[in-house]
Amino acid sequence: MPKKSPPITEAWRGITFTRRALVVGGAQAAVGVALAARMAYISVVDNDRYVLESESNRVNLTLIPPRRGWIVDRNGKALTNNRVSLRIDIIPDRLHDRKLVLGQLQTLLRLDGDAMERINRDLKAASGFQPVAVKEDMTEAEYSSILVRLPELPGIAPQRGFARNYPTGAAVGHLIGYVGAPNAEEYEKAKDPLYITPGYKIGKDGLEKYFQEMLKGEPGARRVEVTARGKVVRDLSTQADVQGKTVHLTIDADLQEYVARRMGRESGAAVVIDCHNGDILAFVSMPSFDPNSFSDGISTSEYAWLRADDHQPLINKATRGLYPPGSTLKPMAAIAAVGHGVDPSERHTCIGGYRLGNRFFRCLGTHGSLDMPSAIMKSCNSYFYWLAHRLGYDAMAPTARLLGLGEEYQLAGSNQRYGTIPDSAWKMKKYDQQWSASDSLNAVIGQGYVSVNPLQLAVMTARIASGRRLYPRLINREFKNEPLPFSAEALAAARHGMDLVVNGPGGTAGRSRLPLDGITMAGKTGTAQVRGLNTGNGRAGTWKFRDHGLFVGFAPVDNPRYATAVVIEHGMGGSRAAAPVAKDFMTFLFDREKAMEALATLEAGWGGTIKERMDRDYAAWKSGTASDPEPGVPQ
Amino acid sequence: MIPIPPAIQRIPWKLIAILSGIAGFGLLVLYSAAGGNWSPWALQQGARFLIFLSMALVIGRFPLRIFEDFTYIAYIGVLVLLFAVELLGFVGGGSQRWLNLGFMNLQPSELMKVAIVVALARFYAQLPPGNTRTFTALWPAMVMIGLPAALVMLQPDLGTALSICVGGVVVMFVAGLPFWWFGSTAVAGLAALPVLFSFLHDYQQKRVLIFLDPESDPLGAGYHISQSKIAIGSGGIGGKGFLNGSQSHLDYLPEGHTDFIFATMAEEWGLIGGLALLFGFFLLLRWSTRVALKARTRFGQLAAAGLTMTIFFYIAINLMMVMGLAPVVGIPLPLFSYGGSSMLTIMTCVGIILAIENDSKTGTRRFH
Repeated sequence: MPKKSPPITEAWRGITFTRRALVVGGAQAAVGVALAARMAYISVVDNDRYVLESESNRVNLTLIPPRRGWIVDRNGKALTNNRVSLRIDIIPDRLHDRKLVLGQLQTLLRLDGDAMERINRDLKAASGFQPVAVKEDMTEAEYSSILVRLPELPGIAPQRGFARNYPTGAAVGHLIGYVGAPNAEEYEKAKDPLYITPGYKIGKDGLEKYFQEMLKGEPGARRVEVTARGKVVRDLSTQADVQGKTVHLTIDADLQEYVARRMGRESGAAVVIDCHNGDILAFVSMPSFDPNSFSDGISTSEYAWLRADDHQPLINKATRGLYPPGSTLKPMAAIAAVGHGVDPSERHTCIGGYRLGNRFFRCLGTHGSLDMPSAIMKSCNSYFYWLAHRLGYDAMAPTARLLGLGEEYQLAGSNQRYGTIPDSAWKMKKYDQQWSASDSLNAVIGQGYVSVNPLQLAVMTARIASGRRLYPRLINREFKNEPLPFSAEALAAARHGMDLVVNGPGGTAGRSRLPLDGITMAGKTGTAQVRGLNTGNGRAGTWKFRDHGLFVGFAPVDNPRYATAVVIEHGMGGSRAAAPVAKDFMTFLFDREKAMEALATLEAGWGGTIKERMDRDYAAWKSGTASDPEPGVPQ
Repeated sequence: MIPIPPAIQRIPWKLIAILSGIAGFGLLVLYSAAGGNWSPWALQQGARFLIFLSMALVIGRFPLRIFEDFTYIAYIGVLVLLFAVELLGFVGGGSQRWLNLGFMNLQPSELMKVAIVVALARFYAQLPPGNTRTFTALWPAMVMIGLPAALVMLQPDLGTALSICVGGVVVMFVAGLPFWWFGSTAVAGLAALPVLFSFLHDYQQKRVLIFLDPESDPLGAGYHISQSKIAIGSGGIGGKGFLNGSQSHLDYLPEGHTDFIFATMAEEWGLIGGLALLFGFFLLLRWSTRVALKARTRFGQLAAAGLTMTIFFYIAINLMMVMGLAPVVGIPLPLFSYGGSSMLTIMTCVGIILAIENDSKTGTRRFH
């Protein structure tokens, strides 16, 4: 506040005006200089940063998921390959009118509430240019209905991608496994942007998972110039993807499919091994799941259906199923006995059972006087009780292990439960109890503590047939396969007994002779009780309490080439359930037409191929759960 | 030497050159912003420029006396129009900023930017010198600024309201009102900022907040500022070249032909283009400031100084906005941005300043 101000005159006013106008002008000039400096700062000092941001605006880099490598069988036939899949994604950053676009998509693609919920959830979680999948595997009609409306749907990115295809579906489910979109944990671990690219799948189970590194390939990349609304102006450059490598398996795709189909409506597993080198030719566990469903992202209801099935289609019974092997272990016991000085021609008389102290162990028949091969042929329990009592099971367990029982193999992509071959040391360790003679008697007929998986049974058979320590393999992996330390006499006794089982007079699998000229199959049936011995009748009644049917075999008898093991859960006996299955697929290996005829007749009775039956069962189950609060079990 | 006819001598060639230079540069940028096309913007803008330039030259020939005589009537007329707009908006059930005159949309708030300056210039020209430091010098001016500013704020149009206030306050300042009035008002205003802020509309508050931290909302309202800075920054010193701006051509830059035209220009012409444009505006403002200093009458002095500020305010706020120094307010870049309203205002300003210049050439200085 000026105390002494000069008198206010027009002259003073003029001077004040000039002074103040110059102040205002000076201030304006200062602002102008500041603006120039600011602009220089942005465009010179920060230039690099903004050039980068402008480029990242202009250029959109999308990863092209690589085509996955094929998995082929021994003849180069595809067990899994890729098929073209049309898909639609949303680029969240480009989605300006979310409601409108989603509404349009819902109408055009007929998306249900579940799908819309998932898309909304994914959109919330996604950021920036990370695409969100709307729909995969669209029909050409759906795809083109989106394409023509693309200008009205900013943020939508249609893509022509690839999806995993399993031509034989459920037949290879447990063998190959399946692929699926990586989950959050897998992405955290891999830290690979490819993992969050829609359409990219990784192996989730089985061989798909085991060979992931080989199969995955190298992603391609596409650089495009885009407008702010996501419209592609032009392609800048494209780098093609590199397809993953092909994995060659020892599997015979045709046999694999045949075996799977021949299993019919039964629950079980079958393995076929090449006796020359241990190649696994077929590796089947049924019922199975369709890996195509899993790879496309299985629906909750289909998954619930698979889980509800008491035939357990989600479990690979060939390596994860443990069964008492029953009489299929008798040839092994014979080899062990000969190794411990028992003469195969020595006879024992079956009186319908065997007396051990005050207990009487029953035989299934009264077989009279038997030598070793005929005891195998008739599957006489008394004879083997007698051997076991005489030698003790500690004398037999090492032979069982030499034949591959109780062993976990180095097998690609498998998750094995390797079961138990008991002996006195094992029992002491596990139960702190002495091994008893009755334990030996139970073990020798493949009951009691003994448990094996079907793959082990097939390996055992291949080793008996070849006399060498074969290891099962799915890829070309070198094992030594050295000869087993068994005498020729021992192996001959076992093989002769197995020959008689199928081809001898009154053999337990006599009905399963191969319908071929000059080619015969040797084998051994087994029936494993599910309930305790001597309790109830395993031949009828509730499915779950019926006996398991087992069969091991090899063919041709004189020059073994193929060894197999079949387990039919609750099949009520090896000769009834398992041996006929083996007969048919062994026939297939030598005469496909004849085997296919047999299968056609059977499938007509079962109600179609695996896929037809599965589709029908699933539909029935779905309609059943819709009306019935207690989910019904198919079959 | 060929004698130049006085009629031609009297035409302000230098001013026309400055204006045409700025507007012509703007036409090139509009041509590029349309993807290398004279339509829809450049051609129309060019025609509009010619019309308004002629208008400014004609206004410049009017005797200054006429403006002095009609300022209050003009001011009241524009104020009535502002009321009318507000009423129409109220009746129509929504905010409205313009009146449809049939052949054009008239935005009275734009006219007010000019009317307030000349009206206040007239007021202070008439005020006896002895009253300069009395309350008499203050309250009528406060009312004259406050009424239209409040009406414009109701529209709501923060940018224009500010522009009206700034134009008026600068006239008060150069009129010689005590310095400490302005100083203490500025301090009080700063202190009251939070209160004023609470009076703003939600979207205006948001803009201010985003201006303070543009990265907080890079896809929403901060998008404008971020993209504008990217456009200017990526232009570098020499720019990306004519017709090569990716930010504008690929639609990343919003409003690239109106409020953010400077960014469009800077992307293609770089720092060099920006400095050239700033130099053009400097020449224009230097001319008008000189007119103010040389004006023959007090009314001329005050009006020219105030109108200079009005033009400057447009330029400064727009450039600060596109460079991320001010919140996003819808103020175009004078002569450069596509649009008629702002060009009409600027050319009216230029015309009046021209009239003041012509007046100063006609006689001796008189201050009353």
